[in-house]
Amino acid sequence: MYDFEYHKPGSIADAVKILSADPDARPISGGQTLLPALKHRLNKPTSVVDLSGIAELKGIRQEGGKLIIGALAKHHEVSESAVVKGAIPALASLAGTIGDTQVRNRGTIGGSVSNNDPAADYPAAVMALDATIVTDKRRIAADDFFQGMFTTALEPGELLVAIEFPVPEQAGYAKMRNPASRYVMAGAFVAKTGGKVRVAINGAGPGVFRQTAMETALTASWSPDAVAGVKQSAEDLNSDIHGSAEYRAHLVTVMAKRAVVAAG
Amino acid sequence: MTVVTPFEGIGASVRRKEDLRFLSGRGQYTDDINRPGQAYASILRSPHAHATIRGIDIAAAQAMPGVVAVFTGADMPDLGGIPCGWQIHNKDGSPMAEPMHPVLAVGKARFVGDAVAVVVAETKAQARDASEAIVVDYAVLPAVSTVTAAIAAGAPTVHDAVAGNLCYDWHIGDKAINEAAFATAAKVVEFELVNNRLVPNAMEPRAAIGDFDRTTDEYTLFTTSQNPHVIRLLMGAFVLHLPEHKLRVVAPDVGGGFGSKIFHYAEEAIVTWAAGKLARPVKWTAERTESFMSDAHGRDHVTKARLALDNDGKFLALHVQTLANMGAYLSTFATSVPTYLYATLLAGVYTTPSIYAEVKAIFTNTVPVDAYRGAGRPEATFLIERLVDVAARETGIDRIAIRRRNFIPADAFPYQTPVALQYDSGDYQTTLDAALETAGWASFESRRAEAAKRGKLRGIGISTYVEACGIAPSAVVGALGARAGLYEVGTIRVHPTGSVTVLTGTHSHGQGHETTLAQLVTDRLGVPLAQVDVVHGDTAKIPFGMGTYGSRSLAVGGSAMVKAMDKIVAKARRIAAHLMEASVDDVEFDRGTFRVAGTDKTKAWAEICLTAYVPHNYPIEELEPGLDETAFYDPKNFTYPGGAHICEVEIEPETGQVSVVNFTAVDDVGRVINPMIVEGQVQGGVCQGIGQALLEACVYDAEGQLVSGSFMDYQMPRADDLPMVSVATHVTLCTHNPLGVKGCGEVGAIGSPPAVINAVVDALRDYGVRHIEMPATPAKIWGIINAGHALAAE
Ligand SMILES: Cc1cc2nc3c(=O)[nH]c(=O)nc-3n(C[C@H](O)[C@H](O)[C@H](O)COP(=O)(O)OP(=O)(O)OC[C@H]3O[C@@H](n4cnc5c(N)ncnc54)[C@H](O)[C@@H]3O)c2cc1C
Repeated sequence: MYDFEYHKPGSIADAVKILSADPDARPISGGQTLLPALKHRLNKPTSVVDLSGIAELKGIRQEGGKLIIGALAKHHEVSESAVVKGAIPALASLAGTIGDTQVRNRGTIGGSVSNNDPAADYPAAVMALDATIVTDKRRIAADDFFQGMFTTALEPGELLVAIEFPVPEQAGYAKMRNPASRYVMAGAFVAKTGGKVRVAINGAGPGVFRQTAMETALTASWSPDAVAGVKQSAEDLNSDIHGSAEYRAHLVTVMAKRAVVAAG
Repeated sequence: MTVVTPFEGIGASVRRKEDLRFLSGRGQYTDDINRPGQAYASILRSPHAHATIRGIDIAAAQAMPGVVAVFTGADMPDLGGIPCGWQIHNKDGSPMAEPMHPVLAVGKARFVGDAVAVVVAETKAQARDASEAIVVDYAVLPAVSTVTAAIAAGAPTVHDAVAGNLCYDWHIGDKAINEAAFATAAKVVEFELVNNRLVPNAMEPRAAIGDFDRTTDEYTLFTTSQNPHVIRLLMGAFVLHLPEHKLRVVAPDVGGGFGSKIFHYAEEAIVTWAAGKLARPVKWTAERTESFMSDAHGRDHVTKARLALDNDGKFLALHVQTLANMGAYLSTFATSVPTYLYATLLAGVYTTPSIYAEVKAIFTNTVPVDAYRGAGRPEATFLIERLVDVAARETGIDRIAIRRRNFIPADAFPYQTPVALQYDSGDYQTTLDAALETAGWASFESRRAEAAKRGKLRGIGISTYVEACGIAPSAVVGALGARAGLYEVGTIRVHPTGSVTVLTGTHSHGQGHETTLAQLVTDRLGVPLAQVDVVHGDTAKIPFGMGTYGSRSLAVGGSAMVKAMDKIVAKARRIAAHLMEASVDDVEFDRGTFRVAGTDKTKAWAEICLTAYVPHNYPIEELEPGLDETAFYDPKNFTYPGGAHICEVEIEPETGQVSVVNFTAVDDVGRVINPMIVEGQVQGGVCQGIGQALLEACVYDAEGQLVSGSFMDYQMPRADDLPMVSVATHVTLCTHNPLGVKGCGEVGAIGSPPAVINAVVDALRDYGVRHIEMPATPAKIWGIINAGHALAAE
């Protein structure tokens, strides 16, 4: 780890002030991604701005038919929250499968979504549920927010404040874990919200993406069989020592089918 | 008054004495030790697999805050190279190629992780910061990372002086007899396989602290080692040129070794040398990333084999050709692993009359490869037990029947194999019967059918194996090229009030020796376990020792203790005879009590001990006071544990995911001292074997970069990857050591991988698969299933 300054502001405004004054300052939430990067000396921020003392970033509530999850909500809180379980049980159960107990008790939804790791779980839910990302400056639709591997619409110094999820009629998630890292090797989140079907694929490609052929198939018939026949092209998918692009493409279909089963 | 105490001797599953310390955070590992005035070393490692070092600019690093010194290979002209402990000879009798292994790279870096420079600074972070300021001018060279690439015509050479990257071209067995047997055989099965490269990943990363005492000119090295005396010898005599009396090596609590902490590593020499140079202690602790790229790796063989059979499925001859990856330099025991620990085991449990094996050891631009749990025997066992399954299938003979037909019968021991070893005892039919019974082999097809209803492919696999451990008779290994004797040393130090300190030259790094070895004392001398302490891991305390590896601690180290206890008992009987005014021949000793035979005249252990140290009424003219004896024990032979492992797997065809649903191990490890510890050792070994078979892949790319360089990509077994392992033992005693023990440390890792792969191949029996390389990952299995589907669709 390289030396850095540590700040712990009490408000969004104070945090943004520090971050916008210094392009090399970084916010930290649960630290489950940033800390390992710092320890490996892959990241050299001048200062680290700890968001954990900011009350405005906390809390989970249902409001006007929307589920609103504050950026600082830990994976464990989301997985145990009665509000989340009531509104979007698939989201609660997704949160309960991230990493391990230690990671779930530190890592946050805001950190995960800001980070946009292609192998992370939350981005698939955010994309498939057509959630809105609320920042300190604006509201961003999921389709505009995720911009490929570790890239989002967030500008330097912009903070993710909360995520607003519309409540779906049906939603389900299934993933195959990378055998070594246990992150997602290929996953599918399927949702029907206001009659509209969205399917988001994570793990398999360089970033989360929508599988429109599956959306069409599920719109025609909401059933596992409907997606079982839809093949994912291997083009542009990831290929590494854990599996070829073809294998991942195959898994996308399998996981989509299972996600529909899980959605019931 | 009779005191009823729980039985704590041989055969008792007493709790491990050391566990309270470990589980309550009171263990003392090398990194827990801090010496006054200690500085910290950070090692700059090559990011390139193969590169000429045109220059190293350390000026900026030297100017960094807290920096005490920066050293490169050029600062160490007087140091010797890191030695190899075993010289192998080529087919033509010439010695192997043994290129210099400098402590810090000189002229060339030969693998990613090769140590290039060291910074010593006031803090660890300052040392690391400064190491990044060193500017190395590399000219990157083409690299070779696999044996196949390294032997190709025109391949880059790792060492300029070693043509074709060939370290040695060795063989064993009679080639002419072998060829004749193949020429007339009714059936020949040919087979090729890979034994996958593994990263050991002990829980505790390596660490070393060098210390120098200016008063006495003595050096001390604290290190994560399985064999401190061996390190003292190798580092003192070959690298730093320090005599033993000026060099102390301490290996305190060590958090797992699995072989990777046997070897003498450059960092040990660096911190010891730097401590002398700077006259202050220097500590180095590996980060996990460094462990991946600097701990010796394991396995990495590519093998071609042929098995000749007669019409009844009797094995007639085996011919094996193996390419073994040595990595960039020869690690301490690297050269012995694919030869005397591998090829000598190729008879397995079978009566194959002719075996001819050819082994080429190859240099590559990778981390050095050396012994890893099982060392050579897992490679041999995997080859034999896969080959037998393939032969069974291709001859149409049942896989159990073909094994039974070729087993060395129980009445044929001692059994001389055609590849040098003489097995002393074993009973392969019985361990097989017990394993088949426990695993429910006969009812497997119903479980397969039931699994099929759930959409799963279920398979069962077996491996029947023997291994050679309890390493090893010094004269034998000396004749084969070992540069050391492999005896062991034990001291029994009886204190005046009767408690006992055992000093052993073996080292415990998780195996529970502090308990098992103490049980030997309790059993023989009758001293309660709580009053017996086992001390190990310090050359200043222990007379001598060769350390722990090759499942030798009990068979060799325990036997040395027995010899020392014989001396103690003999002397104590003389003291007792004197006190009881009896002839020494009439004094019997049984667990704490001396008795004049046939009388009720007795003396208790504690009184004799006290008398030995307070010799007021004592035969002082004939007998020295004290009760402290040391013995060296040189084994007469290897020991030969064996047994049968049965694995049952289920495969999810949609994803290729394998789950191990049942695992049965029935092992003959000789006499069992502590059944609980044996069970734990076997379970741990089996888990490592399952790791090798299904999960662990050490992968280098063509440029020599380590692709699986962290736990994000290298899959260590986790609890939920593993089944409950059913462990049982069937004992035939070792005939040549006083305890009748064989060893249990490695059997799990040796016997299990072929059982797992045989089960996976069996599960895929409808897909026309003959073999699947380890690790059998979901992606690989799906590839096979998918190809099978494609086949069916055509
Ligand atoms: C062992 C292990 C296993 C894991 N397994 C999984 C897994 O299976 N699936 C999975 O999805 N994830 C996994 N993770 C990652 C984990 O979920 C992290 O919690 C998550 O990726 C980041 O959340 P965090 O709160 O820890 O963010 P941090 O590490 O604090 O920050 C991550 C990044 O986001 C930025 N950031 C943080 N908060 C904000 C904000 N409010 N606004 C703007 N930028 C912000 C930071 O500057 C940083 O760049 C694993 C992590 C570990 C260590």
